[in-house]
Amino acid sequence: MSAKRQFRIWRGDETGGDLQDYMVEVNEGEVVLDVIHRLQATDAPDLACRWNCKAGKCGSCSMEINGKPRLGCMTRMSTFGDDETVTVTPLRTFPVIRDLVTDVSFNYEKARETPAFAPPADVAPGDYRMQQVDVERSQEFRKCIECFLCQTVCHVIRDHEENKQAFSGPRYFIRAAELDMHPLDARTDRKEYAQAEQGLGFCNITKCCTEVCPEHIKITDNGIIPMKERVVDRRYDPLVWLGSKIFRRGETPQTSVTTARQGSATPGSARGGVHSHAGGSHDSRAEAQAQSGVNWHREVPHPTAPAVDDRGKLPLTELTFDRAAAPSPFGDDVTFPLPPEHLNFAHPEQDNKH
Amino acid sequence: MTTTTRIERHHYDVVVIGAGGAGLRAAIEARLAGKKTAIISKSLFGKAHTVMAEGGAAAAMGNVNSRDNWQVHFRDTMRGGKFLNNFRMAELHAKESPQRIWELETYGALFDRTKDGKISQRNFGGHEYPRLAHVGDRTGLELIRTLQQKIVSLQQEDQREFGSYDARIRVFSETTITELLLDGDRVAGAFGYYRESGEFILFEAPAVVLATGGVGRSYKVTSNSWEYTGDGHALALRAGATLINMEFLQFHPTGMVWPPSVKGILVTESVRGDGGVLKNSDGKRFMFDYVPDVFRKQYAETEEEADRWYTDPDNNRRPPELLPRDEVARAINSEVKAGRGSPAGGVFLDIASRRSADEIRRRLPSMYHQFKELADVDITAEPMEVGPTCHYVMGGVEVDPDSGAAFGHVRGLFAAGEVSGGMHGSNRLGGNSLSDLLVFAKRAGGHAASYADGLAARPKVAVHEVEAAVETALAPLQRDTGENPYTLQQDLQAVMGDLVGIIRREGELADALVRLAELRERVAKVSAAGGRRYNPGWHLALDLRNMLVVSECTAKAALERQESRGGHTREDYPAMEPKWRQVNLVCALDGDTVQLTRKPLPKMRPELIGLFDRAELAKYLTDEELADFDALVADAGEADNR
Ligand SMILES: Cc1cc2nc3c(=O)[nH]c(=O)nc-3n(C[C@H](O)[C@H](O)[C@H](O)COP(=O)(O)OP(=O)(O)OC[C@H]3O[C@@H](n4cnc5c(N)ncnc54)[C@H](O)[C@@H]3O)c2cc1C
Ligand code: SF4
Ligand code: SF4
Ligand code: FES
Repeated sequence: MSAKRQFRIWRGDETGGDLQDYMVEVNEGEVVLDVIHRLQATDAPDLACRWNCKAGKCGSCSMEINGKPRLGCMTRMSTFGDDETVTVTPLRTFPVIRDLVTDVSFNYEKARETPAFAPPADVAPGDYRMQQVDVERSQEFRKCIECFLCQTVCHVIRDHEENKQAFSGPRYFIRAAELDMHPLDARTDRKEYAQAEQGLGFCNITKCCTEVCPEHIKITDNGIIPMKERVVDRRYDPLVWLGSKIFRRGETPQTSVTTARQGSATPGSARGGVHSHAGGSHDSRAEAQAQSGVNWHREVPHPTAPAVDDRGKLPLTELTFDRAAAPSPFGDDVTFPLPPEHLNFAHPEQDNKH
Repeated sequence: MTTTTRIERHHYDVVVIGAGGAGLRAAIEARLAGKKTAIISKSLFGKAHTVMAEGGAAAAMGNVNSRDNWQVHFRDTMRGGKFLNNFRMAELHAKESPQRIWELETYGALFDRTKDGKISQRNFGGHEYPRLAHVGDRTGLELIRTLQQKIVSLQQEDQREFGSYDARIRVFSETTITELLLDGDRVAGAFGYYRESGEFILFEAPAVVLATGGVGRSYKVTSNSWEYTGDGHALALRAGATLINMEFLQFHPTGMVWPPSVKGILVTESVRGDGGVLKNSDGKRFMFDYVPDVFRKQYAETEEEADRWYTDPDNNRRPPELLPRDEVARAINSEVKAGRGSPAGGVFLDIASRRSADEIRRRLPSMYHQFKELADVDITAEPMEVGPTCHYVMGGVEVDPDSGAAFGHVRGLFAAGEVSGGMHGSNRLGGNSLSDLLVFAKRAGGHAASYADGLAARPKVAVHEVEAAVETALAPLQRDTGENPYTLQQDLQAVMGDLVGIIRREGELADALVRLAELRERVAKVSAAGGRRYNPGWHLALDLRNMLVVSECTAKAALERQESRGGHTREDYPAMEPKWRQVNLVCALDGDTVQLTRKPLPKMRPELIGLFDRAELAKYLTDEELADFDALVADAGEADNR
């Protein structure tokens, strides 16, 4: 029942490292984390790896297994072929500390910036009354175990360190959505906040985050899309938008995405009750444009070039891809033509501006 | 000398060690009292053990059955703990837990609701009425996330007021405390290391709250994570505090025993509360044979009555599957020993044949999901194989019930949560831990803050103590002659699992003490390979000495207590002994050795003991105590007539 299996594990720290080969015993019914523990007890006592519950409840053991972000304690060895090599690497989006442990402080910073639950002023503790159907929508998001797999897989930051400042990532979009849907939360600007401060506009709904979520939270369908739709509802009328687009042809469009990079907004500026057309940004030009129906806010970063290694080849992730051809750069679930409200805008010179 | 000057130093009013439910709640309270507070945790923020709690938090809110109140909860808790509980703690807990739960809603918690929009409450073993506030089966996650987010919200307030999130409350995650530093008999600070870098860190603070959780890692089959190495217990002992009730460990009756990827993972009591039954290899529902006399009145005698209870709890008695955990664990153990166990040495827990697949998925979503993903076991299709798993330690730091201040000869030390002792007596009821940690952490945090206020001068950290702490911490890395820490841990787990496990015998316990003494020599010489950066081998090497001293306390106390009660079962003394109910076993450290003393239990106040039937008390109390009780009742009767 037990057999020797080939493992390749990334060992190293921020100064560099490489994949090391191990032959290790694997027993029936084990998961990848069991095997890592066996390695620690035998060949590699100082192999660094986070874990706590070994039950898929704490979200500590996030790692990339054969290129896919997964929980080590929830990946059964029986899902691999008998002589398949199992490659384990640290989360790619976050800086390595050592071996499989990465510095995930980015996530805690974003958590700290997201405005907390605002209790209703006139309801005493013990008097909260909510219906089950109403709390269920938020409860879905509160299942989140903060494994940050969705954060590491999101292409907006996966290979784009520069986007990290302006983009909070799917975990914090659903935190905003959760509070938005909370029956008693006293703040009314959660969507605007997500748009203006969390960089919701960067997301082009590729759904990779939903795919990796071990809690099966429908991050995009139930969290991000409703947030986007409602932001759009308020500010956007497609006819006016098309009209102004034609009217303005030839002019240089003025983009005005409000990101922390431009320093136009601080978390504190999105106060409760502010209804802003430009997402609570208080940027007067953005306000004016939003009111005239021009939706230049939907700026997104340039399409990303494929991530190649130094031989110019796609890394392992793509080789073990489960589809026949390369993935669509637009996301696999996009059909054409796109409805205008789903169009994203990337001005050719937007990067020179900053 | 150079080593100590280079160490990163911080000054705080209150340092909370532990970021589980207890640690976070204590820190919130200290910060609300205006104290500069640090929270220290071995793992990342929001990942402590509390996330694993599934069933719920017990609080007599009476939302589902309005007959519930604090008196009933108090009675259940005392019964569950076999009357060995510190009555004052059980009283405070029963009275204050509803407020603590409601308070969580103001922090943003979203519990499951009743039809009229209140917090829903579910049944759980040992609780007379549905009492556990819950969120599906991930209540612990909700609790810790809520507290974590409350801390973030306090940090946001401080950011607005002082321009820094960390101005008054700061989280040091992945940081392990290895030593408490004293100035005379007063706490002066805490010393530890960052796991990430291996660099040392020194906190100077007059008040320390221990909230480090339990000790389960000393056992082979356990639901506990690597964090549970008894650090807080050992820190307290070394600082001069005392531990009580260390012989009482809870073995969860229904941990998975097969397949290996889920070994030790718990199947919550709610599976039984929602209709799951235990069967042996003959297919017999055996729990009916194991209802102890003390519980005979409350539990059904036939399968028919038991089954009616799920839909009509007011007119039927409950199924014996819902007996307190120790009874269930013992019953399973007897069945297995009698050769009627499952292939992997457990018994079968069957819900698949009793509820529809849809209903199971709806009522136990994360249970279903977890076993499906982890082990490809479909709990809606086949019975589970379960057996006893080390789960919770009732024993812990002996504290003052009202303030959480540690007894012994140390001042400025407080404890709350699983690391403290007394509240649960010899056995904890399911769901009482989450509410316990909220109630007593709030108290401990508040009292730590006022203790810090009341000091005329700050205690000072002595340089030589810091130097000694550095030396101890680095020793395993500098030796290369000793044994691998993982081997030592396995040996320790074997001793505890085999000799100080769920069923105990005098000979085995004596043997365990000899082996622990041998292990002590080996642990003193442990060596760890590698460097200081995130080196789990080194971390374990440092934890071992804590596991060891706590294991010694457990083994010694287990040998001393010649009776069976709650989480302590002696095969050679199978009965509960009223004389032993009057005794707490207190562990203290004298130099390196564990000293055991007997201490009488505090006497319950008249109005509290008056909540019980004489017939029930007769099972627990000595004849003299019963005579006292009768006199009390007679007095009260006279007073009424006057
Ligand atoms: C699987 C499982 C299910 C459970 N279900 C329930 C339930 O349904 N209902 C219920 O009431 N209870 C339940 N319990 C029990 C309950 O979860 C725990 O008793 C409770 O969460 C303990 O909380 P705590 O705050 O005391 O400690 P923890 O949440 O364990 O936190 C301990 C903290 O201390 C830190 N720490 C430890 N040592 C050090 C050190 N040396 N330096 C720095 N930091 C340190 C750790 O990093 C951690 O942050 C369950 C327990 C388990 C394991
Ligand atoms: S859907 Fe949006 S948030 Fe999710 S991975 Fe894609 S771009 Fe990122
Ligand atoms: S949303 Fe899902 S993937 Fe993202 S952090 Fe939470 S649990 Fe992990
Ligand atoms: S160890 Fe907790 S999720 Fe894997």
